[in-house]
Amino acid sequence: MATDRQDERLQSREGLRGALTDVLDRARGGDLGVIPVVVGLIVIWSVFQILNPIFLSSANLVNLTLESAAVGVIALGIVCVLLVGQIDLSVGSVSGLSGAVLAVLFVGQGLPVWLAIAASVLMGAVIGWIYGQLFNRFGVPSFVITLAGLLAFLGLQLYVLGTKGSINLPFDSGLVNFAQLDFVPAWLSYTFAVIAAVWLFASGYLHAQARRKAGLSARSVSALAVRSVALLVVLAFVVWYLGQTRGVGWMFVFFVALVLIMHYLLSRTKWGRAVYAVGGNVEAARRAGINVRAVYTSVFVLCSTFAAVGGILAAARLAAANQSSGAGDVNLNAIAAAVIGGTSLFGGRGTAFGALLGIIVIQSISSGLTLLNLDSSIRFVVTGAVLLLAVIVDSVSRRSRTSHGRA
Amino acid sequence: MSVLSLRGIGKTFGAVAALTDIDLDVDAGQVVAVVGDNGAGKSTLVKILSGVHPPDGGTITFEGREVEIPTPAAAHKLGIATVFQDLALCENLNVIQNLFLGQEIRPLRLNDVAMETRSWELLRQLSAKIPSVRVPVAALSGGQRQTVAIARSLLGDPKIIILDEPTAALGVAQTAEVLNLVERLRENGLGVIMISHNMADVKAVADTVAVLRLGRNNGVFDVDSVSTEDIVAAITGATDNVVSRRARRGQS
Repeated sequence: MATDRQDERLQSREGLRGALTDVLDRARGGDLGVIPVVVGLIVIWSVFQILNPIFLSSANLVNLTLESAAVGVIALGIVCVLLVGQIDLSVGSVSGLSGAVLAVLFVGQGLPVWLAIAASVLMGAVIGWIYGQLFNRFGVPSFVITLAGLLAFLGLQLYVLGTKGSINLPFDSGLVNFAQLDFVPAWLSYTFAVIAAVWLFASGYLHAQARRKAGLSARSVSALAVRSVALLVVLAFVVWYLGQTRGVGWMFVFFVALVLIMHYLLSRTKWGRAVYAVGGNVEAARRAGINVRAVYTSVFVLCSTFAAVGGILAAARLAAANQSSGAGDVNLNAIAAAVIGGTSLFGGRGTAFGALLGIIVIQSISSGLTLLNLDSSIRFVVTGAVLLLAVIVDSVSRRSRTSHGRA
Repeated sequence: MSVLSLRGIGKTFGAVAALTDIDLDVDAGQVVAVVGDNGAGKSTLVKILSGVHPPDGGTITFEGREVEIPTPAAAHKLGIATVFQDLALCENLNVIQNLFLGQEIRPLRLNDVAMETRSWELLRQLSAKIPSVRVPVAALSGGQRQTVAIARSLLGDPKIIILDEPTAALGVAQTAEVLNLVERLRENGLGVIMISHNMADVKAVADTVAVLRLGRNNGVFDVDSVSTEDIVAAITGATDNVVSRRARRGQS
């Protein structure tokens, strides 16, 4: 018998049925995982499809993926800060400033585009580093530091843009092309889908093999196969459906790649463990020899860097940087996406995939309301309500987790 | 020869002498209970041994060599592991993740399989009753958490393990579980320093009892040949108190 299944109190749950029972059990205990997001997404899509049949059309969904990339990248950074139990409220301003710096250096100063991008990203990293230093040295709550940053960097953005207030990026530049017109060829999209499925199966199989060798219980080959085939079917369908019109944008692929990288860093490296540990219990992390300050700094740097990258993508998508870049609901959309994706505001819970799921929900709402010709005033109200709902789900499931002993 | 010997250890905080001239010896495979009233200096002693506070004077001899313990990392390196009263576990992480926190195997591509195997080894070694190591620590009982904390301290193969009030917040069954664990540590040849308030626990597992009173040694007793009343008398510094009076009443 496998080493980890020897306790007589453990109920044996084998195969697919066992896995399903586990999921249900966990959900009952408040460990909802992606269930609320998926349910929410189905509800939202159904409602908007009924109200406007264009909503689920291929053309609109292609647009939706492109629109979600910029704020999605920002949300990815927010997930990291929330994981350590902190918050960054300035991501909108930082993204706006980053877009402005890019435009000024690229168009105004005539620098090569890669240099302008590098400068913007570097600036984001420096901002995050400053946040980290302020947080570690003076112990000011991150909420206040970044609130100050929100105003200060908005000011800097206006200053950088100058009196004109808006700089257009040339349409023939690679950057704008990347964000607006560059789509993955159909054959390559399908190849990506196959690679993903094969990868999932191969890594799962090797892991199961290693576990069996060590005398531990492992997933059966059939369960792994079912999982991979399911992924392949879903991805292939998405690629096929988006391929009816323009296909999958490179910018969206870039966003998904960042999500995958962050997922790896958070779940498979020592740094990721440290992030979760700091979010769960700072004192315990410190006593375990984790350099808590370095973890905080790294997370703030990552968040601001992602905000800067998001700002560049947004500027490229719009083909311009102006005074309202990163203003309005960008901030809250990014935070809402992270929370809706299952990242807890209380720290220590959440995944990189949460940013992907969350931003699709947020962008669906925004897209649906736009299709209904509704004013941004109503969009703000609805987004606010959805954010509130997500936070309530987070709090309630946290309470349920505590009473069911699942942290 | 003792694994760990303290001679003349002193520590002052401002004008307050928290510890004065403390001697203590711990052998391999020996459980030494350190008892004392509130403010007797038990916690200060733990902190000196675990490298949180350096002592102001005196010598610490570890395995025959005179050593200094300036930082927690130094204590860890020497082979002195401390389990603090609040356990310092991350409730959102599972048992494996907690056991290996800060000392994961293969930092850039975590080796979950090796860590899980080693976790089971450690827990088996302690005959721990934890059904699954993949549940978050929040799902465990107080005794099981204590087990996890002790198992974690065993990761670095320590020679001395310090338990700070291991049974303070536990129920009857869980206390018995932890005391069994202490027994197991002794069988494995570790020196155990157990800080405790509970005379029943001390009598149950300790070999010797060192009493601190107002920051000074107030006697080292062999557990088998000392009565609870004598220990209480040494702790309170008075031969006339409720416990001793009742004992006398019982005799007469």
